[in-house]
Amino acid sequence: MSERTAPTRTAVFEKRLKKRYSSERRFKALGMGAILFSVFVLAFLLVTMTLNGIGGFQRTELTVPIDFTQTGIAANAETLAQSGAVQSLEAQGLPEVVQFAAQQRVGDEGAAELGSQAWRLVANAIVADPTILDREVSFDLPASEDLSAAYSGDGKAALQPLAQRLAEQGHLSNNFDEGFLTRSDATDPQEVGIWGALKGSILTMIITLALAFPIGVLAALYLEEYAPKNHWTDVIEVSINNLAAVPSIIFGLLGLAVFLWLFPNMRSAPLIGGMTLALMTMPVIVIAGRNAIKAVPPSIRDGALAVGASPVQVVFHHVLPLALPGILTGTIIGMARALGETAPLLMIGMRAFVATPPDGFTSPATVLPVQIFLWSDEIDRGFVERTSAAIIVLLLFLLLMNGLAIYLRNRFEKSW
Amino acid sequence: MSPAILLLLALGLGLAGWLAARARAWGFKRASGGTRLAALPTYHAWYVALWIVVPVLLFIIVWSAIAPQLIVNSVLASPIAADLPEFGMQRQQILSEARAAASGSTTALFNPASRDFVEPFREAISRTNWIGIASTLAIALLGGIWSFLRLKPDFTARTRVERAVMVVLLLASLIAILTTLGILASLVFETVRFFGMVDPWSFLTGTHWGPDPMANPDNPDPTRYGAIPLFWGTIFIGAIIAMIVAIPLGLMSAIYLTQYANPKLRAWVKPALEVLAGVPTVVYGYFAALTVAPAIRDIALSLGAANPSTESALAAGLVMGVMIIPFVSSMADDSIAAVPQAMRDGSLAMGATNSETIRRVLIPAALPGIVAGVMLAISRAIGETMIVVMAASTAANLSANPLDRMTTVTVQIVKMLTGEGSFDHPATLSAFALGFVLFMVTLGLNFVALRVVKRFREAYE
Repeated sequence: MSERTAPTRTAVFEKRLKKRYSSERRFKALGMGAILFSVFVLAFLLVTMTLNGIGGFQRTELTVPIDFTQTGIAANAETLAQSGAVQSLEAQGLPEVVQFAAQQRVGDEGAAELGSQAWRLVANAIVADPTILDREVSFDLPASEDLSAAYSGDGKAALQPLAQRLAEQGHLSNNFDEGFLTRSDATDPQEVGIWGALKGSILTMIITLALAFPIGVLAALYLEEYAPKNHWTDVIEVSINNLAAVPSIIFGLLGLAVFLWLFPNMRSAPLIGGMTLALMTMPVIVIAGRNAIKAVPPSIRDGALAVGASPVQVVFHHVLPLALPGILTGTIIGMARALGETAPLLMIGMRAFVATPPDGFTSPATVLPVQIFLWSDEIDRGFVERTSAAIIVLLLFLLLMNGLAIYLRNRFEKSW
Repeated sequence: MSPAILLLLALGLGLAGWLAARARAWGFKRASGGTRLAALPTYHAWYVALWIVVPVLLFIIVWSAIAPQLIVNSVLASPIAADLPEFGMQRQQILSEARAAASGSTTALFNPASRDFVEPFREAISRTNWIGIASTLAIALLGGIWSFLRLKPDFTARTRVERAVMVVLLLASLIAILTTLGILASLVFETVRFFGMVDPWSFLTGTHWGPDPMANPDNPDPTRYGAIPLFWGTIFIGAIIAMIVAIPLGLMSAIYLTQYANPKLRAWVKPALEVLAGVPTVVYGYFAALTVAPAIRDIALSLGAANPSTESALAAGLVMGVMIIPFVSSMADDSIAAVPQAMRDGSLAMGATNSETIRRVLIPAALPGIVAGVMLAISRAIGETMIVVMAASTAANLSANPLDRMTTVTVQIVKMLTGEGSFDHPATLSAFALGFVLFMVTLGLNFVALRVVKRFREAYE
C-alpha cells in the first residue's frame, strides 16, 4: 500500500494548463472580436449613411415673399384648372416676377443664385390655390446648387460670404424638403426626388411578384407532392438549384438577349425588369416553398385522403393553406433581394435618365437601386447627400419587408 | 388592339361560362331529385371555364406575335406601297413612323413620305383588331359550347379539371429548365458569334485587355481581347482579398455563436449578421467608393506607398468580404451544429478545453460543410457586380499589389453592355463570352461544393 501516485499538478502541468487556458481565452476573444467587427461594420455603414442622408432630406432654400397684388398676373380658378396652366403663367411672366421679388428681398447677387426652376414651385402653388393671387405670400424657393454648396461650407469660395450674409439675415436656410419624396430625377441636386424611381420599383416588383409567386408555388407543389422519382424530376431539381446560384448579372444577360429581342421597344420598361427579376426570384420561392410544404406533417395528407379527397384536393385544400405562411416568408425574402438588385437591370437598359414617373408597366422607368447607382456617379456634394437619403429610403423598405417576414414567421410558426 | 383587352375579354367569357355551367350542374341535381352527381357543380363550372380560357389564351399569344406582321403586310399590299424606297433604313423609318402615328402613340411626323401611310395603317390596324376580337369570340364560343354540351349528371368533370391542374403544375416546374436553357442559349449563341471574330485561344490566354468599341467591327485586333487580366482581377478581389476577410471572420463568428454565446446574445447577433447579408450590393458599392476607398488611399499614402489609387482592388475586396461574412458564417453554423453532441461531450470529458474541442474535434468533423460553404461564397463573390462596378477600376491590370487598380469580369460585362457600341461589335459580344465563362465557373464551383458535401459529410448514426 505504499504505492504513491505522483502528484498530478506538477509545476510543468500547471504551466501547461495555464498556457492552455490562456489559449482558450484568446480563442474566445477572437470569436468575440469577429462578431464585434461585423456588428461594428454594420453599425458604421448605417451611421455613415444616416449622417450623410439626413442632409439629403433637406435643401437650401431662399425665403422670398411675393406680393401678387402688385404683379399683374391674371388668372382665375377656371383657367388654372386647365391643363396648360403652368405654361400660361410662364407666358404671363411669372419667372420674371419671381426673379424680381427675389431681387427686392436678397439683392441682385442673391437673386442670381435662385434655382432656375424655382418659379415652377410658385406656379404649382398658384394652380393649387388661386386665392393666393390676392395677397402677399412668402415662399421657400430652392437656391442654386452653387449657393447650396457655399452654404454648407464648400464649393465656390466667392459665394461663401454671400451665403453667410443671407443666412444671418434669415433669408437662407436648410429646410426639410418634402418634395424629395414626390419629385423625379433631375440634373440639379436641389431639384431631384425619388418618387419616379420608387414608383418604378413598385411597378417592377408587382410584375416580379405576379410572375414569380404563382410559378414558384406551383413548381414547389409539383416537385414536393406529385413528381415521380425519375430522371426528368432530377433535371428539374438540379436546374432550380443551379438557378438559385447563378450570379444575378447573368439573368441580366438573359433579359437582354431574350426579352429585349422579343420586345425591342420596351427597353427599360418595368415589365421587362420585372420579368428578368422574376426568373431570378422564382428559384428562391421554390426552395422556400418546398421546405414549407415538407414541414406539413403526412398525417394531414393521410387524414384528407382517408375521408375521400383526391390528391389535388388534398394539396389545395389542406397542404397549401398550412404551408402558406412559410411560403410567404420565403417570398418576402426573395422579393427583398429583388428590390435591392441592380446589376441585371443595368443590363436591360434601366439606367436611362428618366425625369417623369412611369405611368404604366411599359413606359421607361428606373428603380431605386439603379437611381442610387446613377446618382453615385455624380461628383456633386449635393448628390452625395441625396444618394445617402435615397439609400435610407431603400433600406427602410427592406427593413419593413424583413420585419414583415419575421412577423409572419413568428405569428404563424407551428410545431406539429 | 392591346393583348390586355383581349385578355380581359377572355376572362369575362370564362366567368360567364363558369356561371352558366354551374347553374346547369345544379339544374341536373334538381332534375334528378337530389341524387349525387359524378362531380360537384363547381368542377363542372371550372371545366367549362378552362375550355374557354385556355384556347383563347393560346390564341392571344400567337395572335400578338403575328398581328403586327399582318398589319405591315396588308399595308405593303396596298397600291401606294409601290412608291416606297427599296429595302433599307429609310423604308423602315417611314413605316414605323406612320404606324406610330396611326396607333396614336405619337403625333409628330418627321418624314413627309410617311403621311400617306398613316391612313392605310389605321385601316389595317382596325381591320386586324376586328379579326382579333372576332376570332377570340369564336374560339371562346366553340370551346364553351363544346364543353357545355358534354356536361351530364354522370360526367366526371373533377378528374378532367384535376388533370389540367397537374399539367399546369408540371409546366410551372418546367419554367426552371426553360430559364436554364434560355441562359445557355443566349450566352452560347453570342459567344459563338464572338469567337467567330476573335480566336478563343487568344481570348483565354491573352494578357492584354483593351477592347475598342469604336474600332472597325469587321477586323478586330485579337491581341486586345486577352481576358487573363480580368480573370486575375476577379480571383484577386473575389477569391483572395474578400476571402481573407470573410473566412476567418465568418468562421469565428459562427464558432462563437454556436459554442460560446448565450441565447440572448445569439438572438441579437444572428439577425444583425443577416441584415449584413440583406443590405443591397449597390449600398455596399457606394460605401466602398465613398468611405472605404479614400480611407485606404490615405492610409497607404501615410504608410509611404507611391501614388495609391482610389479605385484599389483592396477597397472592393474588403467590402465584398464583409458582405460575404454572413454567408460563410451561416454555412459554418449549420455544419458545426450537425456534429453530434456526443463527440463534443466526449472531448470535453477527456479534459480538453472548449477551444481544443472546437479546433480538434468540431472543425475537422464539420470541414466538408465549411469547405462547401467557402466555395459557394467564392462563387458568389466572383459573380458580384455592383461593389466592383462602383469601387473597382475599369483598367485591366495584371498585378499582385492590392493597392493597384484592377478590374473584374463583371465590371467589364457592365462596361461593354452599357456603352454605345452596337450589338454586332466584338467588344459588345465579348461581354457574353465573359458572362459564359462566369456562368460556367460559378456552376462548376456550386457543383463541386454540393459533391463535397454529399461525398465527404460524415453520416452520424
